[in-house]
Amino acid sequence: MSAFQALLYRDMKLAFRAGGGASLAMAFFGLVISLQPFGVGPDLMLLSRIAGGVLWVTAALAAMLSLDRLFQADYEDGSLDIIALSPLSLEWAATAKMLAHWLTTGLPLVLLSPLLGLLLNLPAPGYLPLIMSLMIGTPALSGIGAIGAALTLSIRRGGLILVLIVLPLISPTLIFGAGTVIDAIEGTGRGAFALLAAFSVAVVGLSPFAAAASVRLNLAN
Amino acid sequence: MAVLSLVEVQDLLCERGGRRVFRNLSFAVATGQTLTLEGPNGAGKTSALRILSGLLPQTAGEVRVHMSAGYVVSDGEERGRLTGWVGHYDGVKGQLSVSENASFFAALYGARVAVQGVLDRVGLSRIADLPAQYLSAGQRKRLSLARLILSGRPLWLMDEPLSSLDAAGRRLTAELIGEHCDAGGIAIVATHETLGLDATRFFLGQA
Repeated sequence: MSAFQALLYRDMKLAFRAGGGASLAMAFFGLVISLQPFGVGPDLMLLSRIAGGVLWVTAALAAMLSLDRLFQADYEDGSLDIIALSPLSLEWAATAKMLAHWLTTGLPLVLLSPLLGLLLNLPAPGYLPLIMSLMIGTPALSGIGAIGAALTLSIRRGGLILVLIVLPLISPTLIFGAGTVIDAIEGTGRGAFALLAAFSVAVVGLSPFAAAASVRLNLAN
Repeated sequence: MAVLSLVEVQDLLCERGGRRVFRNLSFAVATGQTLTLEGPNGAGKTSALRILSGLLPQTAGEVRVHMSAGYVVSDGEERGRLTGWVGHYDGVKGQLSVSENASFFAALYGARVAVQGVLDRVGLSRIADLPAQYLSAGQRKRLSLARLILSGRPLWLMDEPLSSLDAAGRRLTAELIGEHCDAGGIAIVATHETLGLDATRFFLGQA
């Protein structure tokens, strides 16, 4: 097994064990979405109009939940030193961690989303675009999140600062992601999906370098 | 093994948080030798080890690792690839079992020895399936030693390896360091206690 796989599998294992964030994110996503109709009221027309946006915002927030521990847990118990000294470069290590975060948080959210779309009376043409946009967009959440997590890894209770750093940066993903769903429902072709994909590719390509640089900076302190 | 011939530290200066930790630190350790770094709390033993490992950049001065192949490594990250590390924090994940922890280290470092044998050696094979959160401090230290062996690295940097170990654990640590050095490795150990083996002693912080 390569060093990259080793780190990927370990992080995935940890995400599903006690204290890991995988089930937490899904539970949060499910709960918040099922609470929406209680707040908004049983107006099916209204619900189906806001469904795309609400699903996207909630999914993004759910993906943030487990981010603060992405590097911090390893920093606090010394694992990050061990990883930094391993044959794996920090760029690859950051990639493995982002991928593990996406596989244990982003992907389950994608799979859960059609079910929750049903709860919000998402119109039929919206389902495939919802799944596709979350599939393409959530890796960007993990990528930007990893940068934020690497920047705040040495700050105790850094989770809130992390959210303050990350949420503004993920607004393009939110706009184009929700836009993709709305485009499909209303039949407008504004190219939101293409922009979403472009943004994701750029983020996924660049974030390992940014995250690795922040980790290096934090370790050298 | 004998991939290293000499680790040389010259006029090392370390400042942290605007405070000078140590200056003019110079020593050399040749293949097969153990060096202990001793000194009062705050003398900079841990900082010195972190600089040697390349994790912490030095403020000034040089660290050179002479390889037996003839070239010299002075870059911090390259030095890290030669380093086996035992720090204050053991990097053990409580949610994973002892053998899961060890297998992860083995795969991460591309170990060429069997995990089972190494766990046997450090006396953890009977509790290999136990989640590591139930380990005592001394047992966690033993797991760190297992990682050190699995790393297969020629330069061992150890920060207080004897803390929380029992008498047998201390003997084991000394044995492992001895074998490592006999095989041509180098060990640099920060400690307050005597290792129980032939080592050059270096005192930090008399300045």
